[in-house]
Amino acid sequence: MYVAAKGGEKAIRNAHALLAKRRRGNENLPSIGLDQIAAQLTLAVDRVMAEGSLYDIELASLAVKQARGDLIEAIFLIRAFRTTLPRFGNAQPLDTSRMLVRRRVSATFKDLPGGQLLGPTFDYTHRLLDTALGGGENGDISGDSPVASGGDIGDIPAAPVAMPRVTDLLGQEGLIEASPADDGAEPFDITRAPVAYPVDRATRLQTLARGDEGYLLALGYSTQRGYARSHPFVGEIRFGDVEVIFEVPELGFEVSLGTVQVTECQMVNQFKGSAEVPPQFTRGYGLVFGQCERKAMSMALVERALRWKELGEEQSAPAQDEEFVLSHCDNVQATGFVEHLKLPHYVDFQAELDLVRRMRAEHEAEMKEAAE
Amino acid sequence: MQALKKNLNDGSDLRAARQATMALLARASASELHAMLARLAPIPAASDLRPTETGLVMLRGRTGGDGAPFNLGEATVSRAAVHLEGGATGFAYRLGRDVGAARAAAIIDALWQDEERRDAVEAALASLKARLEAEADEARAETAATKVDFFTLVRGED
Repeated sequence: MYVAAKGGEKAIRNAHALLAKRRRGNENLPSIGLDQIAAQLTLAVDRVMAEGSLYDIELASLAVKQARGDLIEAIFLIRAFRTTLPRFGNAQPLDTSRMLVRRRVSATFKDLPGGQLLGPTFDYTHRLLDTALGGGENGDISGDSPVASGGDIGDIPAAPVAMPRVTDLLGQEGLIEASPADDGAEPFDITRAPVAYPVDRATRLQTLARGDEGYLLALGYSTQRGYARSHPFVGEIRFGDVEVIFEVPELGFEVSLGTVQVTECQMVNQFKGSAEVPPQFTRGYGLVFGQCERKAMSMALVERALRWKELGEEQSAPAQDEEFVLSHCDNVQATGFVEHLKLPHYVDFQAELDLVRRMRAEHEAEMKEAAE
Repeated sequence: MQALKKNLNDGSDLRAARQATMALLARASASELHAMLARLAPIPAASDLRPTETGLVMLRGRTGGDGAPFNLGEATVSRAAVHLEGGATGFAYRLGRDVGAARAAAIIDALWQDEERRDAVEAALASLKARLEAEADEARAETAATKVDFFTLVRGED
């Protein structure tokens, strides 16, 4: 148990001042602007928004700067900030079928309506360090936009193109399970009420959406390696802008609040069927703020693994253990508990020390007695 | 917004037009909103119906993209409610923490409701609308340039 300690105020003040100095670094160099972080470290900012569970690019950029690039610390700052604000209400569910798509690929259908759009991706890069980027201003020139520089402009759509979800295409033939119907019930909110296991799918999705990317990546990976194998395919990944619609109580009608960027992953998995259901594909779903593709994929894999009971599968692997998976995926909770170990525990340890000394004395006495 | 050109004699048309205007105002930058207010001057004195404030709205997704809703995470939202002297009441809800921009948007919403001033407000919104459309077009064109056609090859050993 952690017992409050007193003292050290001056040392703590000085440590914080030193932290600020180290964060600023060499003062001969310009301080990084939040706009630069937002524009050039976009994916770090996206991760902070996703796991901080708060969409605000400027605040997430500030958190990245203040945390000296420590993203879990930045996420912690965002989580702390969100507790200071009142909640106006709940938005209508985002409609990802009406996304302004900036990237959209399917690993299952090569000729899908709307096309395969690679967008800004690391896929197919050679993962060679580009030393020119380190060469200052002149080395970091993006060039003309691909359109202007003579990309294939033949089929650039003048108007938004319909982008049906891949799962809708399979669904038309009944080859894939339908999404659970919206019965109008309010989804459980883990930020408002304590979680009691087992939980429903909506609770799992909320927990996973803010869960640690690395943790979910490892668990998702474990399912691929045979721990609850589900034979996954990426049905579709899409990233882009979706509109936020909110019904304003005082107006009595819906208002568009602007757009947010999200990544959606539809994982398609084998299912052999059951007594009630013929063989069909099942689904795991991932939805994450920002361009967080690795996270969306990992989330979808883990989400599918957690559905073993509903699908009548055998439980055999860590990724299927709902309480274990969900209660350890929050990196703010995890870092809080792990890192608190370095705070003063002198009183606890003193008690443990006394106990060990007493046990040793008793042990010694017993040995002596046995020898006599 | 094309709907504005026709007669707004129907209440639902009027509401749709106001929603479209509020959607534009939610996407405007603070400087665009203040430029619009300058262009629409003189503006009657505005009083706050409640203090402008920043809060949160819970964003939701749907399981599988189209199924039952779940809570995805929150977003910051700023809101304002103003009453123009001798005029209408205006509201604004916008993503982000700029309460000044929210108040400006609420004033423009109130001005829009005044039939006498609606055309002027629409005209002031034109450049914002053009900017947003150009940005969306650019995003679509950039993305379209990365469209690929994968083709499968027959394996030699088969």
